[in-house]
Amino acid sequence: MIQIEGLQKRYGKIQALRGIDLTFNLGQVVALVGPNASGKTTLIKCLLGMVIPDGGKIIFDGNDIKGDVLYKRRIGYMPQIGRYPDNMRMGYLFGMMKDLGKTRVKELFDEELIVAFKLEEMFGKPMRALSGGTRQKVSAALSFLFDPEVIILDEPTAGLDPLASEILKQKIQKEKDAGKLILVTSHIMSELEEIADSIAYIVEGEAIFYKSIAEIKSESGEERLGRALFHLLHNLKCTR
Amino acid sequence: MPRIVKLNNRRLFINPIFNVIALLILLFNPTANVLAREITVKPGTKTNTIQKAISMAQNGDVIKVAKSTYFIEELIIDKSVNLIGLDFPVLDGLNKGNLIIIRASHVTIKGFVIQNSGISNIKDKAGIRVEKGDSVNIIGNRIENTCFGIYLAKVNCGTIRDNTIHGINSVIQSGNGIHLWYSHHINIHNNKISGQRDGIYFEFATHCEISNNLSENNHRYGLHFMFSNNDNYTFNTFRNNGSGVAVMYTKHITMTNNTFEQNWGSSSYGLLLKDISRSVISNNTFSKNTSGIYMEGTSQVKAEHNNFLNNGLAIRMLADCEKDTFMLNNFIGNTFDFTTNGSENLNYLKGNYWDKYSGYDLNHDKKGDIPYRPVSLYSQIIEKLPSAVFLLRSFIAELLDKAERALPSLSYVNLYDNEPSIKIIRP
Amino acid sequence: MYKIIKYVLHDIFRNRILLAYVVLLSLSSFGLFMMNEDVSKGISSLLTVLLIVVPMVSILFTTIYFFNSYEFIELLVAQPLKRSNILLGVYSGVGLSLLAAFWVGIGLPIIIFDGTVVGWYFLLSGSLLTMIFVSLAFLASVLTRDKTRGIGISMLLWFYFTLIFDGILLMVLFAFSDYPLEKLTIFLSCLNPVDLARIMILLKMDISALMGYTGAVFNQFFGSSLGIVISISVMLIWVAVPIAIALRIFERKNL
Repeated sequence: MIQIEGLQKRYGKIQALRGIDLTFNLGQVVALVGPNASGKTTLIKCLLGMVIPDGGKIIFDGNDIKGDVLYKRRIGYMPQIGRYPDNMRMGYLFGMMKDLGKTRVKELFDEELIVAFKLEEMFGKPMRALSGGTRQKVSAALSFLFDPEVIILDEPTAGLDPLASEILKQKIQKEKDAGKLILVTSHIMSELEEIADSIAYIVEGEAIFYKSIAEIKSESGEERLGRALFHLLHNLKCTR
Repeated sequence: MPRIVKLNNRRLFINPIFNVIALLILLFNPTANVLAREITVKPGTKTNTIQKAISMAQNGDVIKVAKSTYFIEELIIDKSVNLIGLDFPVLDGLNKGNLIIIRASHVTIKGFVIQNSGISNIKDKAGIRVEKGDSVNIIGNRIENTCFGIYLAKVNCGTIRDNTIHGINSVIQSGNGIHLWYSHHINIHNNKISGQRDGIYFEFATHCEISNNLSENNHRYGLHFMFSNNDNYTFNTFRNNGSGVAVMYTKHITMTNNTFEQNWGSSSYGLLLKDISRSVISNNTFSKNTSGIYMEGTSQVKAEHNNFLNNGLAIRMLADCEKDTFMLNNFIGNTFDFTTNGSENLNYLKGNYWDKYSGYDLNHDKKGDIPYRPVSLYSQIIEKLPSAVFLLRSFIAELLDKAERALPSLSYVNLYDNEPSIKIIRP
Repeated sequence: MYKIIKYVLHDIFRNRILLAYVVLLSLSSFGLFMMNEDVSKGISSLLTVLLIVVPMVSILFTTIYFFNSYEFIELLVAQPLKRSNILLGVYSGVGLSLLAAFWVGIGLPIIIFDGTVVGWYFLLSGSLLTMIFVSLAFLASVLTRDKTRGIGISMLLWFYFTLIFDGILLMVLFAFSDYPLEKLTIFLSCLNPVDLARIMILLKMDISALMGYTGAVFNQFFGSSLGIVISISVMLIWVAVPIAIALRIFERKNL
């Protein structure tokens, strides 16, 4: 579904992406993992056309995304920190997003998360009055709203209460089973272990490995993902 | 009057009683023309033209003119007669020459509509032209569409009052409304003049009183005044004239209680003073003029209790003015209060109210504790650099003036009011 | 794009600062008209508001609004919407709101109290100045990611157009005072929309009689219909160019 070829991005002196090659297919849940400032968010923003790469290309369903916006119809996105117009009421926000998204492929809306998070009760509240966690719920609900084929979640569970996290994880599982491609960044290994099937490990703008979790576990001989990764990275460093 | 007396003498023997009465009246009231004849001019009668009546008349006769339209051209009045219009008869000059020419003393012209004089650029054609006549009264006429309205040349004593003069309203061809040349002791009162070149024009006219006149919408000056000493003008209004009022080459004039207003134009003044000395300007109002007073070469002019309201610049005083004093005047709402082209100042300002004054009065003597400098820094810049007027009303122009208030040393013009009044001065 | 304008307007009309701006403008214009019995004097006093306050509020409000909506703009960019449409949508929304504020705060009082040619020139110039400073604000905003720096650039731009430019101009006039500069000043005034607006309005006001020969030269130019067309076109260029540059930058900007 998505092919990334030799993607490069430089912010001034900082080389954020140094030639990343990755391929994601429908039905996958891929976790983008790496230390802080490794380039995960830059990669996501390149996918969404929010950052224009300096080199390389991104092929979405066979077409280069350069200069195109319509491919975004098929992507849902949940940002790390969702901020919305302060004075806008939540119900109005959902209405607006539906209105703006009318050019999307499907006219049906997936409002499962709105219901599950009980957001409707707070539709009358202006966005500025909401807590960070509630805003994250709004962001999550928005990313699934159009029932897109690709869903990108940047730190989805940060700030969510355990119950909401669980609802979100179940939703991700459900969408995966429905054959969607889901990209997730997170630092919580136990969580990734639950939802992801592959891990792309990014360090200093390079994808140093991209393997399925099963593969990682078998290669390292560890049962827990965190430890498995640690081993794998250690080995990689040694071989270098 | 010798003929009348002779006539009465002849009757003396016929009717003694009548004669005694007539004689008594003659003795006790010798100046009144009780015995003057009254001639009535009326269409359809024997005296159907004014010309005929005048040729019939004796000195002192009254000629009454009935309401009608009379076509006249260069009607010469060479006898001391009173020409009185009944219910405003119309004298029409058919745009040829002067209408009435007076060449006698003790002439009164009253109650006519005088219209359509000739128009010439070489000869001055007037509604009423007085040549060498003394004690002339021109009262209550409506003079319309004439080149000059009332033209006095070498006239001693006279009254011009209650007339309405409206000219031909032509920029090039209009003459003056009331024009005085070498005339003295003339009283000009309560006339309304508009649509002329100059509303009132004085040249070598002395000891005159100009009061309660309204001179407006004239093309050049509302009042134009040259070489005319010892005149007073009071309670006049000069409004919206092309260049305002000009008073030049004169001394000993008194200007009080006049209103100079709405004289707007790039070279327009409320009052232009040029080479004026020993004169008084008091209790006048200068409102909405481009320049309230423009002074050039004046000396010993006293300006007191005047109001300068909403003028572009209240006073422009050139550097050749000296010993003039400005006291107890109000300066309110003017864009510039004072401008001058020099740095040295030989004039005196005291106790005026300036609305732009931002000083304080700690000792409560109603006088500001720091001097007011009426010549703003920005106006000094314009003086040096005329194109800087481009920045008029800009933020930087306002800042420059504020900066000058904080640092008076920025200013180079040496003109102060050392005792600016804190309150508006009421007379 | 129209949808974006709609939603920006919906958001901005609840903005308290915008409301405060309307109240400020109304108070100053009604106040000045009531205080001065003479209408033309009221307009004259309002000129300061027009030349200083309107540009300042327009540029600062827009910049602050832009940075406060940064995440919202990010959210929009992640949607299948063209960047140019997003920026123009937000631009039109903010511009329309500030225009509305200007017309309610100053336009209404002027139409009620004045309604003369000067008044209409005043409103035309004010509208153009509003849009010009909104454009400049967008330019300042896309130049940086940092809110403080964006506001700083905006303040500098405002300061430049209301004060520094005229200061430099004054020095230039002094330096070349031996030459006839009136025609040059007409050209130079085109480089600063605030000056252009001021001259256009001043020439319609009585006060222009004070401007002497310089004013006569200006009047010849700005008084002719060609001059008016040129000056309005120059103002429109001042609206279009900054936002066009801002668009080009925004198209390539990393959010």
